[in-house]
Amino acid sequence: MGLMLAIRKRFGFILKLFFKKDKMRIGIYGPPNAGKTTLANRILRDWTGDVIGSPSDVPHETRRAKLREGVKIEVDGKSLTIDIVDTPGLATKIDFHEFLKYGMDEEEAKRRAKEATEGVIEAIKWLDDLDGVLLVMDATEDPFTQVNVTIVGNMEARNLPLLIVANKIDLPNASPARIKSAFPQHPVVPISALKGINIDSLYKAMAERFG
Amino acid sequence: MEGVQMHLISKEMLEKMPSMEKLRMILDNVKEGKIVVLETGLTPEEEAKLIEMTMLEIDHENFIGIEVESYPVKERSVFSKLFGKPKGRLTVIGPANRLKTLEKQADVIKALVQV
Repeated sequence: MGLMLAIRKRFGFILKLFFKKDKMRIGIYGPPNAGKTTLANRILRDWTGDVIGSPSDVPHETRRAKLREGVKIEVDGKSLTIDIVDTPGLATKIDFHEFLKYGMDEEEAKRRAKEATEGVIEAIKWLDDLDGVLLVMDATEDPFTQVNVTIVGNMEARNLPLLIVANKIDLPNASPARIKSAFPQHPVVPISALKGINIDSLYKAMAERFG
Repeated sequence: MEGVQMHLISKEMLEKMPSMEKLRMILDNVKEGKIVVLETGLTPEEEAKLIEMTMLEIDHENFIGIEVESYPVKERSVFSKLFGKPKGRLTVIGPANRLKTLEKQADVIKALVQV
């Protein structure tokens, strides 16, 4: 079983050249508060008229991965059908004191922190069942976080397509260029998921990368 | 003398250790408040596993997680993708309440260690 997984990881990208899947399962990954759920909602609203979850300013609002199957995207005559997995924010530390700042009592903050740790584990487990990743980064933040480095490294090790989404470009101190220079080997699409800025470029890039 | 204990682990020792033994050693040391420096770092899969194990051990009182400082893996050739193993680069791991990243660039990491 382990050998088969290792072979799939190493040579999977060659097989994909010959056997295209009808449907790609795409995970939306990133650190907490990067705008993953906002992006998932934007994609679903544009192509299905639906939403997947409620975004929030409180970190770790999404603590369970959410799957939406069969989202059909059509760009320039190209059609792409994807399953979208909105994953909980990845982190290397979770301190319940952070949640106290948002008006929660200690018990609620600790419960949320515990759920957040479970969410991180779930997000990592999902990496084994995906065909591609949209890695969402907050363009106003330093892109060289361990979470970003780990996700990029894992996608490269699995030879799976990765598209970096430089989100929040509507904010004055956003710098998609900083993300591009941090990860020059991967395509970066600057967008604002909240305002819908440059979202058509993202769909085009998705069709090219995952189609 | 007061201070923070650091463990500098050589490439040779890391290469001899199975992944789980390596990750257990890192986590045990970090939970004791030590800073661990790995000469060759971890593979991306090991990094993900370390995050997973860390989440399982957070107790919300004494241990709130880890801070990991490492550089991105360099771009690999098609040949190394097929036959090589992804190699990590120098990595520093410490308890999240003691080690803080100040600045990270492609080849320079600046961090603060609280005594």
